[in-house]
Amino acid sequence: MNSIILLAGTRLLVALLLVFSIFMLLRGHNTPGGGFIGGLIGATGFVVYAIACGTEQARLALRVPPENVAMVGLGIALFAGVMAIFFGDAFFTGQWLFIGATEDDKGLPLSSVLVFDIGVYMVVMGSILTLTFALEEGV
Amino acid sequence: MTPTEFLYLAVDGAFVMVMVSIALGFYRIAVGPTLADRVVALDMMTVSIVAFCGLYAIFAGVEAFLDVAIVVALIGFLATVALARFAERMMLLRRTPNPKEGTE
Repeated sequence: MNSIILLAGTRLLVALLLVFSIFMLLRGHNTPGGGFIGGLIGATGFVVYAIACGTEQARLALRVPPENVAMVGLGIALFAGVMAIFFGDAFFTGQWLFIGATEDDKGLPLSSVLVFDIGVYMVVMGSILTLTFALEEGV
Repeated sequence: MTPTEFLYLAVDGAFVMVMVSIALGFYRIAVGPTLADRVVALDMMTVSIVAFCGLYAIFAGVEAFLDVAIVVALIGFLATVALARFAERMMLLRRTPNPKEGTE
């Protein structure tokens, strides 16, 4: 589809959608957001790009096959679940690391929940893009 | 009348107007004689839903609804683009004299 309006709009929208998807991923857990919705928004960015510029260009922009993104994401999510076993907790218990914590300050909190969310993000993004690219090329 | 009361009065009035616009969009989707009418009505309903999310963020005081509005505004045009491609392809199929492609 060679529409100059769509091409010009896509350049702005793809960057905006991808940045917003990362924002949604990082603010999850306590506020609305998280890996699933972030992955959907990120996948939409690539779908818009595929509609405007063609599927080959979108695959080049993604650099790795979308199937691999989903697989690696599944591995990361599994790793986040297994991590709890090393600390003697039940499977999938959230592990927290407070960097620079003092008596009355929590410091910088890092959790295995975020690792799991990143895994979910990659699974959702990879699987949605696999489906969409296959549909686009099939039509 | 305090400013807060006036704000909530305005929000209530705006709710009614947005509802009416969504209902009119529904009517056009149901009645609309051509595909283009329905697509434009769908696009108008998307914009109305963005307005509804913004109003509800004021009404409930929950700023998370603004994110919903942002996502709907960013993605809303995607349905229009996809339906435009569909209409384009349908016109191409109609023009091609080969009947085998049209029967799929």
